[in-house]
Amino acid sequence: MAQAAIELIGINKSFGAVRANRDINLEIVRGTIHGIVGENGAGKSTLMSILYGFYQADSGEIRVGGKPASIKTPNDAIALGIGMVHQHFMLVDNFTVLENVILGAESDALLTKSIAKARSELERLEREYGLEVDPDAIIEELPVGLQQRVEILKALYRGAEILILDEPTGVLTPAEADHLFRILKQLKEQGKTVVLITHKLREIMAITDTVSVMRQGTMVATRETRKTTVEELAELMVGRRVLLRVEKGEAEAGGVKLAVKNLTVKDSRGVTMVDDISFDIRAGEIVGIAGVAGNGQSELLEAISGIRRAVSGSVMLDGKPIDLTGAADPGELRDRGLAHVPEDRHHVGLVLAFEENENSILGYHDDPRYLKGPFLDIDAIRNDARDKITKYDIRPADCRLKTANFSGGNQQKIVLAREMEQDPGVLIVGQPTRGVDVGAIEFIHKRLIAMRDQGKAVLVVSVELDEIRSLSDRILVMFAGRIVGERGPEATEGELGLLMAGVEQREAAE
Amino acid sequence: MSTPYAKLPAWADYGLIPVINLAVAFVVAGFVVMLVGENPFRAAVILVEGAFGKGQGIAFTLFYATTFIFSGLSVAVAAHCGLFNIGGEGQGYIAGLGIGIVCLAFDSVLPWWLTFPIAIIAAAAMGALWALIPAYLQAKRGSHIVITTIMFNFIAASVMVYALVGFLKPPSSMAPQTRTFLDGAQLPKLNWVIELFGAKIRSAPLNISFLLALVMAFLVWLLIWRTRLGYEMRTYGHSPKAARYAGISETRIIIIAMMISGALAGMMALNPTMGDQHNVALDFVSGAGFVGIAVALMGRLHPVGIVLAAILFGMLYQGGAELAFEMPAISRDMIVIIQGLVILFAGALEHMFRPYVQALFASISPRSVGIEAAKGKGA
Repeated sequence: MAQAAIELIGINKSFGAVRANRDINLEIVRGTIHGIVGENGAGKSTLMSILYGFYQADSGEIRVGGKPASIKTPNDAIALGIGMVHQHFMLVDNFTVLENVILGAESDALLTKSIAKARSELERLEREYGLEVDPDAIIEELPVGLQQRVEILKALYRGAEILILDEPTGVLTPAEADHLFRILKQLKEQGKTVVLITHKLREIMAITDTVSVMRQGTMVATRETRKTTVEELAELMVGRRVLLRVEKGEAEAGGVKLAVKNLTVKDSRGVTMVDDISFDIRAGEIVGIAGVAGNGQSELLEAISGIRRAVSGSVMLDGKPIDLTGAADPGELRDRGLAHVPEDRHHVGLVLAFEENENSILGYHDDPRYLKGPFLDIDAIRNDARDKITKYDIRPADCRLKTANFSGGNQQKIVLAREMEQDPGVLIVGQPTRGVDVGAIEFIHKRLIAMRDQGKAVLVVSVELDEIRSLSDRILVMFAGRIVGERGPEATEGELGLLMAGVEQREAAE
Repeated sequence: MSTPYAKLPAWADYGLIPVINLAVAFVVAGFVVMLVGENPFRAAVILVEGAFGKGQGIAFTLFYATTFIFSGLSVAVAAHCGLFNIGGEGQGYIAGLGIGIVCLAFDSVLPWWLTFPIAIIAAAAMGALWALIPAYLQAKRGSHIVITTIMFNFIAASVMVYALVGFLKPPSSMAPQTRTFLDGAQLPKLNWVIELFGAKIRSAPLNISFLLALVMAFLVWLLIWRTRLGYEMRTYGHSPKAARYAGISETRIIIIAMMISGALAGMMALNPTMGDQHNVALDFVSGAGFVGIAVALMGRLHPVGIVLAAILFGMLYQGGAELAFEMPAISRDMIVIIQGLVILFAGALEHMFRPYVQALFASISPRSVGIEAAKGKGA
């Protein structure tokens, strides 16, 4: 008989005036995989933080295994058999797997007993759940997929019966994600309960038994996964019908706008991140670069936009060379019509402590439109910012508000508005919709396609394969600093996934 | 997970929180006064009356505040660019060299109103130059500005000893200081302004450099919030990566910000030398450069706040001197302790009471904290 592993009854939580969770009721059945979806800011993380003891609910009751539980700290949660795998791993990079697993659960001063115990316990967990990791490997030398496995092991080692995973697939290749799902299914078969927080509806459909949807702090629906559809879930999340796949016409590609030849870029440690890459982008097309995070896409974007110096190679913008190995700086590239929406809007694309209007001129603050001599023309800047707020539907519509107080989607719109309104010939965009809610994704995708249709050259780098496939006219796949393949938008996910994982083309064809 | 603190209205942020911090500092200071067996309330009365009770006290308070305004602005300008300039002490001290040379050269030939602008330029230039070297090392070599500016404080002190026992000293004198400046290098007093309000002043060193400090406070505000350069400095200060993205040259902005900061620190030397002692003596800065750090932090890096904080510290200096005189059990060191407590609570522990005030505001009137929707707490 289905028995509740966790019951949340009437949970309320406010931060100041913000009601992050209101009257949440949720029952998670033992031995199932339960998905929780919702837009950013819908309150998923807050709810799970209450369950894991980071926050205290203002009111409401938590029952674990049918008994009322008081969870004041993560230690209480662990004692009740609740384990959490965080989106950003909580691992000590230069410790071994074993050392990380026992961290915080050490029992003797010299650790000999703890380590011996942990080693045998790990072997058992590996056998039972297929969680193979070398216990003596150093964390920083492991790929992210394995690091995540260590996080899961940590939770299981502490006796977790209920495992909460917060956006677990954000950093994984499709193959790694599949492996994770197999592990989760195995955990379920062994009677463990899994709570999966995600915004990727496809994952929900693929793996969960039950799914709950949150919107604006409330639990709007709980469905059996078999009986629902992606469309229904998206509608529940946003509160209106959403176009999941942007509609676009055929690209009418013109002449080459940006030509990259033999570009090589090293990171600050001197490791080659971009290895002899060549490609073209034509006017009126969107070129997408797919790849697992960390395969050189970030460095490629930084080099083309002049932020990071390239080691060698040449780049032609509108037929004229740019010296990316030395002289070029982002300001000069902007003047020549290359706009850049950086991957990291929090630290690069925006200054969060600035007012919105101050960010709307970042990088264009040399433009005489915004200046009166050495002084900023405050009126001109604010009027300009207000225009963009209206045109890009940025909310709240207050150009004096501190940028940190806008949601992720609206922050991204601030950056996009700034870069697109300069009418650049070439637009390069890193992770256009990372941390952006479903409603804003649709808006951003439409804008990017509108740019293309105006005859601009657009380069999109994203780790979201769906996004790349739905936006791009041509897809380049990056692996280990090289472009390992070019495909059309009709390429299947499996085909791209293999390329992203570095499987050679010949093998992929077989 | 973002911090769940609500935003405060500006008046609470800039007014209420500093007042709370200050009140706590005084309460703790009161306990210290009790420990040495004096009545803390009487001590507080003496302190405040000593600073503001009579025209004389007000003039002294503002005189001390003048120096602190300059040094506070100096720290603030660098801080807006993300640089912690703790070399104000040395930059101010070395500026004394420029002032000394200018005053000794011109005080017999020019009137004060011609010597003053030349001395301002000399002081600013020396201060800027003294900040330029650490700035260059930071920008080009990555040497940490905190370390280099501290070291430059020591170098400045040694250079000044060398100059003051050498070429700046009159040949026959035994004291390590310049000769007394003539009228052509003595700044006019401002005491008459206070006397206009009916107060009587015997002699106090408040002088026209106080007005220069206020002008500089306005210019700093203009620079930081209204010019392109200030915009670039703030961008770099908040996020060097964003500055790089915006095409702002790191080298250029570090060097310019530090030179402006150094120039302001240099100008603080005008007040004690041309305004008060009418000479350049050994160790005339006497820690004002370091007080500037506390002043800037307490003033929340805003010129208005800095002027107010400088006056507060002027009050502690002047009132503290009175207190040491009136209450023998309270020595000068006790005054330093009280000043230290103010710095501790207003500077280092600035955010200690913030969460409580914010929680209070949120519970009293949710609307006043001005939050419209849930944000940033998502996955």
